[in-house]
Amino acid sequence: MRGLLEVDALTRRYGSLVALDRIDLRIGEGERHAVIGPNGAGKTTLLDLVAGVSRPNGGRIRFAGRDVTRLGPARRARLGVGRIHQRPAVWPSLSTLDNIAVAGARHRGGYRRTLPEARKLLSSLAIPDVTAARLSHGQRRQLEIAMALAGRPRLLLLDEPAAGLSAVEFSQLSAVLSELPRTVTVLLVEHRLDLVYALADRVTVLRDGQYVATGTPDEIRASSTVQSAYAARQPEAVI
Amino acid sequence: MKWLIAPALLAAVAAPWLADPYTTATLARILVLGLVAASVALLTGVAGLPTLGQTAPFAAGAYAAAHSSSVGVVQLLTAACVGAAFAALTTPLVVYARGVVVLMITLAIGELAVTAASRWRSVTGGTDGLAGMASPRPLWGLPVLDTDRARYLYALAVVGIVLCVVVLLLRGPAGMYLRGCRDDEARMRASGHPVNAYLAIAYIAAGAIAGLAGSLLVTTQQYLSPADFGFDIAALLLLGVVIGGAGSVVGAIAGTAVVLAARDWLSGLLPGRGPLLLGALFIVAAYALPRLRFRLRSAVT
Repeated sequence: MRGLLEVDALTRRYGSLVALDRIDLRIGEGERHAVIGPNGAGKTTLLDLVAGVSRPNGGRIRFAGRDVTRLGPARRARLGVGRIHQRPAVWPSLSTLDNIAVAGARHRGGYRRTLPEARKLLSSLAIPDVTAARLSHGQRRQLEIAMALAGRPRLLLLDEPAAGLSAVEFSQLSAVLSELPRTVTVLLVEHRLDLVYALADRVTVLRDGQYVATGTPDEIRASSTVQSAYAARQPEAVI
Repeated sequence: MKWLIAPALLAAVAAPWLADPYTTATLARILVLGLVAASVALLTGVAGLPTLGQTAPFAAGAYAAAHSSSVGVVQLLTAACVGAAFAALTTPLVVYARGVVVLMITLAIGELAVTAASRWRSVTGGTDGLAGMASPRPLWGLPVLDTDRARYLYALAVVGIVLCVVVLLLRGPAGMYLRGCRDDEARMRASGHPVNAYLAIAYIAAGAIAGLAGSLLVTTQQYLSPADFGFDIAALLLLGVVIGGAGSVVGAIAGTAVVLAARDWLSGLLPGRGPLLLGALFIVAAYALPRLRFRLRSAVT
């Protein structure tokens, strides 16, 4: 079966450090796929490579049947790859409405044509239309998700979206992510395993840039290989 | 601050009837340098490309205008095209760099332009300068701008029109895209925006504005010298932009007016202490203005 995202033997080195070593990954259309692993496993490196922010030293990335390995992030975004960053990335000098409209402008024929959808997305959020600099961390996270959705992504890359959120903000985020339409495929990198298990159809585990296992959340929870992979680096982590 | 616009505009129009010819000529020079400062603000404050090199397209536009038609509108178009072409040529050097590196590259471009102006005697007159340019007529059939007042009003009209166009453009999507590039370039790319293309367009547009200001310099000053485009002018422009609020093209003109007033008028009251006054202004701009703006903003919100 051909997936929406196909990653073959993807390798990324920083000097002598191998951050990602010949990783294979297949993600089907509409799937929610999580990548977990201890710190330094290569999770964010994988997202950077898929988003086009950095270039691989080896391997290939295919998106929707097209080889995108050499394309930059803007080209990939226009093909339908959206991204939520580890730290909420919004434009602080613009209003929340303008943030959403500008984020969707390249996918909907310009800023003005995006405004009606941006208003709809904004009204679905519990945040006011103020300058984005005045939003809290959790509000910025919600705004960034709306910005990504304004771009009509086929694949949404979520890089630790729960990082730094309060309990209330975390439950709001969980609700927003669980309500994402199945037309949006999700690749989630997250340390909060409760969110991973609630959201993901399949989970891939990495350690030190190496592939460890892929399976359903139940399979991963039960896997002794995964338990030992985590225990070696983060004894306090609960799988 | 919007309430200030109408009285400031009224004062600007009335100034040549109220002031002596020297003051009128100085005000015209403020308008010209203010327009270059607006191009600096467009790059530095709006697009996030800090520049010390806008004196280069300013010079290119000025020399092109000096050798072109005696009709103002043709001079303006020629100068704007040459300024834009100069910027287009140097675009690959600038738009792929960021931060202090841009500042250094644009400083080098500005200095190279001054050196070229000093050496290319057949076009620029070298360090002796280029003099004796005839006063232009704004359009075919209109009278020649043969007084300081007429030249000032012509400069005021051109600067006003250009500023209106720039402000209108920056209030629309174009301004948002540029501010997006300045605020978070990675987010712009993640949203599919071609950041370098936007910055290149902004850089070329700023070159056109600076070139156009060069044409006004020829009209108002009727003399060109490489000293008109040196590093000290570039530094004064950047200071004017900082004082006026880096993100505001209108503020850039106000800031430039303050800087030139300190240099040309206040130093007359304190002979020999011009550089000292400018230095004090630099320090006040760097330390006091951000706090003052923060307090004003806090008071408003």
